[in-house]
Amino acid sequence: MKPAPFEYARPETVEEVLSILAEHGDEAKILAGGQSLVPLLNFRMLRPAILVDVNRVAALDFLEVDGDILRVGALTRHLSLELSDAVRTRLPVLRRAMEHVAHVAIRSRGTIGGSLSHADPAAELPMMARLLDARIHVRNSGGERVVDAADFFLAPLTTSLEPEDLVTEVRLSLPPQGSGWAFEEYAQRSGDFAFAAVSAVVEAPEGRIEDIRLAAMGVDETPVRLDAIEEELRGRVLDGRLVDGAVELARQSVNPNTDLKASAEHRRHLMGVLTRRVITQAVGRTGKAAA
Amino acid sequence: MNARERIVTTVNGRRYEREVEPRMLLTDFLRRELGLTGTHVGCEHGVCGACTVIVDGHSARACLCFAVQAHGSEIRTVEGLGTADALSDLQEAFRKHHALQCGFCTPGMLMTCVDVLEKYPLADEHEIREALSGNLCRCTGYEHIVRAVAEVANKRRSERA
Ligand SMILES: Cc1cc2nc3c(=O)[nH]c(=O)nc-3n(C[C@H](O)[C@H](O)[C@H](O)COP(=O)(O)OP(=O)(O)OC[C@H]3O[C@@H](n4cnc5c(N)ncnc54)[C@H](O)[C@@H]3O)c2cc1C
Ligand code: FES
Ligand code: FES
Repeated sequence: MKPAPFEYARPETVEEVLSILAEHGDEAKILAGGQSLVPLLNFRMLRPAILVDVNRVAALDFLEVDGDILRVGALTRHLSLELSDAVRTRLPVLRRAMEHVAHVAIRSRGTIGGSLSHADPAAELPMMARLLDARIHVRNSGGERVVDAADFFLAPLTTSLEPEDLVTEVRLSLPPQGSGWAFEEYAQRSGDFAFAAVSAVVEAPEGRIEDIRLAAMGVDETPVRLDAIEEELRGRVLDGRLVDGAVELARQSVNPNTDLKASAEHRRHLMGVLTRRVITQAVGRTGKAAA
Repeated sequence: MNARERIVTTVNGRRYEREVEPRMLLTDFLRRELGLTGTHVGCEHGVCGACTVIVDGHSARACLCFAVQAHGSEIRTVEGLGTADALSDLQEAFRKHHALQCGFCTPGMLMTCVDVLEKYPLADEHEIREALSGNLCRCTGYEHIVRAVAEVANKRRSERA
């Protein structure tokens, strides 16, 4: 299990990356953390003619709060998100999600740009992108465009990216301070890809839900927003009957697959269990400062 | 196609200069080019942890990294821990608690421990198991490994206090 031969380029600027991609088109592959790409190369499921290693493009590696936006450079490592003070205090839901991504030796290399571009339907960052209304900045030699997370993920391992595109930045919208949040995942072993996960951020200052965002993964072709449930809960005070209704809606609104790991029925069941936990926890955490 | 790339890298404090094919994995570079066979190879797709080494201060899978990418990097492998006569505290704890049987997983376990002992509090057994969950051992049942790591974590904590 060794990769087929390839040419190797190690550009240091975004412009150089874009010109190499423009020249080689679908013969080229971007190499970021390599945590999804290198296994595919080792198995020879992919045989690109040239690898464009972006690990030394310093301009892609940043993490900063800009008003109510968290700006994340595409090369930001999973571990940097996990250990960031800004993430811990302003976006605890993301921190909790990162703790579920693989293991430290993989988090130290894997990047947000790589995770979104790889688009595994059971990966945490694509789900966070949906939950936090990410705006994904994409460049190619022709210019820049900004893609909403809602339009970015098309199918398992398929995004709206073209071969000559480079994700440069991901902008996540920060919930107001004091918002409630929750992230619950079911996986067979710690660090494994999940069977299913659900997450939420909620504003409910006086007990009444003013705004809520809910997302799920592992239960559909792509990570999903649970708009119908959000709609149902907005403006309401949470009670048992409302939660039961949301759980039922959650189970109905997804299209899980049966695969070697879990049946569709099992995943649908988990969807209900996790939704119940997440809504209750998120509303319960409202107004409490991050740990 | 097969143009070789010159790389300079520091492994366990020693500087090496070599020419490598871009497709050479860091595992093969360490084992074949440098003769450092302590770094083991299990799955070659990131799941078993046997090949874990420290690259520029963070644990990483050597099987998911190309040698060319290590140009300018500092790498630590199991050979950089103690020697047979002077084991590191972690190695000594593994010996004392029988934390290895066949030893295949041990280099990866040790290098993961070196990293997580610095990054995480490892205050209880749950945290230790979580931190080691990316390293598979087919022999020990993990119980003894967890004990060894707990001992080192506790000792380091009391030294810091
Ligand atoms: C054992 C194991 C367990 C794992 N468990 C989990 C898990 O539980 N949850 C999870 O979410 N992930 C998991 N992962 C995957 C991990 O998170 C990867 O890091 C991530 O999916 C890919 O990021 P990367 O930076 O490594 O990308 P790479 O592997 O370098 O690239 C992945 C793909 O994205 C493209 N790409 C990379 N960067 C860009 C960019 N800036 N613009 C455009 N295209 C780009 C590449 O060309 C390639 O097609 C696991 C991986 C392993 C090996
Ligand atoms: S050989 Fe690298 S993780 Fe298994
Ligand atoms: S001691 Fe044999 S695999 Fe761990």
